[in-house]
Amino acid sequence: MPSQIEGSRAVAETVALCRPEVIGAYPISPQTHIVERLSTLVKMGALQRCEYINVESEFAAMSVCIGASATGARTYTATASQGLLYMSEAVFNASGLGLPIVMTVANRAIGAPINIWNDHSDAMSQRDSGWIQLFVESNQEALDVHVQAFRLAEALSLPVMVCMDGFVLTHAVERVELPTQEQVDAFLPPFVSRQVLDPAHPITIGAMVGPEAFMEVRYLMHAKQRAALQAIPRIAGEFAAAFGRDSGGLVRGYRAEDAETVVVALGSVLGTLEDVIDELRDAGHSVGALAIRTFRPWPREAVRDALAHAQRVIVLEKAFAVGAGGIVGQNTRLALEGLGIEVRDVIAGLGGRPIMAASLRRLLTEPELPSLSFLDLDEALVARELARDSGPHAENMLRDLAGRT
Amino acid sequence: MRRDAPGATVQSVFQVRIHGRGGQGVVTSAELLAVAAFRDGRDAQAFPLFGSERTGAPVMAFCRIDDRPIRTREPIVDPDAIVVQDPTLLHALDLTTAHLVLINSSRAHPNAITIPATEIARRHLGRPLPGAPLLGALAAATGVVSLGALEAAIRERFPEPVASGNVDAAREAYEAAAAHA
Repeated sequence: MPSQIEGSRAVAETVALCRPEVIGAYPISPQTHIVERLSTLVKMGALQRCEYINVESEFAAMSVCIGASATGARTYTATASQGLLYMSEAVFNASGLGLPIVMTVANRAIGAPINIWNDHSDAMSQRDSGWIQLFVESNQEALDVHVQAFRLAEALSLPVMVCMDGFVLTHAVERVELPTQEQVDAFLPPFVSRQVLDPAHPITIGAMVGPEAFMEVRYLMHAKQRAALQAIPRIAGEFAAAFGRDSGGLVRGYRAEDAETVVVALGSVLGTLEDVIDELRDAGHSVGALAIRTFRPWPREAVRDALAHAQRVIVLEKAFAVGAGGIVGQNTRLALEGLGIEVRDVIAGLGGRPIMAASLRRLLTEPELPSLSFLDLDEALVARELARDSGPHAENMLRDLAGRT
Repeated sequence: MRRDAPGATVQSVFQVRIHGRGGQGVVTSAELLAVAAFRDGRDAQAFPLFGSERTGAPVMAFCRIDDRPIRTREPIVDPDAIVVQDPTLLHALDLTTAHLVLINSSRAHPNAITIPATEIARRHLGRPLPGAPLLGALAAATGVVSLGALEAAIRERFPEPVASGNVDAAREAYEAAAAHA
């Protein structure tokens, strides 16, 4: 049914259709309207056979999810920004234990300085945690990928993080097609856990493992993630057959097949980027885009196949490895090893800086780009602060900006 | 996409920026407009300028309406219409970029349509919330959404008697602006 609703609300309604049995969440900023709505649905009785547990921190939220998932319950939570960092220890435990928890991360920046706005620093900080990480570019894709995420998590016994841009998507009111309960039930069978904590049949989950087997257990996580590279497109294909929409999967090209310059990107910026690409194509520029829909596991072969013909690859990302450069950029270079394709990292949209079509237009028509650059960086502001030798950087720079008028 | 892009065919996109203060219903207005456009069968997107939603602080929200699927996520820098819910913000706004400026005021302003939306809202709603009457006036002045769709969007959003109060306020402002045009 088509609805014109807020992204967070649409995700909550869809998660409810997935029949979660336990939701553990901490209702303080940074949080989303997603769990707020889910708690209302539980209280109203619209979401039945589900226990909503209001916890005292994000660390507790993930810990509750771990416990619940280990008893065989379908388990969900959502977080963002510092909240994800606060649960980080438990995030690694969830994947190490092979628990199919689904979590929405409403992508936001990480402090300091304090910043509540959108970028990908939170999700990227957990890229090596062993969770599957799926990025969505619209609220429709967010809905669709949540349904797929439960299937995927439970098929592989691995936790899945659905990454959607905070504010840009979560707070946007736009048209979405909400699935029906019948459709979701047909696609997502009841959860049958491969390991169940049951007092009647006691087992141990999460024992200490010494040097004799730790490496093997960790290797197994890697092997399962590699297996996900087959499962993700298969489930996306089944979803497309059942729901008639192309969502999820590993990567998606946009006018990329014959493009000389291909921009690799994740998340909601792809919408603006596609508009710019259409415009530049009309003006005779050979440009296209490649959406990374699955970031973990890294779809190395799919990325290589999609970019093999390109002359230049620009990786546009909303996070970076301080002191090194682009994160997705490094992964892209790995995928293109030996092909001799120029890869350029462009960091953009940090801390909620809007990524404007005009800036993208300039970027895509720039003949020479350095190996690493920052879109719309205020170089004068940086230079002035670099010349100073005292005081807190952020406050100095805010004062400089206020003095410009 | 720019309306004046070289070689472009007639562009169908209509972009609105709403300015007001936290607590005035700026974000809600943008959302109501998007829901009304959706009810008219068009594609629409509403979103706030994030992080500014504090009571009394200047707040901005955007609504983009198109006949084609909307993909862009950039804030609206070149709006077709600007709606100003609080005239005390006028000194800080650049109104020259918009084709149409709609101001909540009982006094005339050059190059703008003014509607005493706070007064209208007080009369129908008992509260100084100018959002619905301004949307009614916007509908009349631009035709970007139908009055029927706007009324339906208001009724979908609010319980009674708030819904009917807002509908009546929107209708009065619609008629006033239509008489002006």
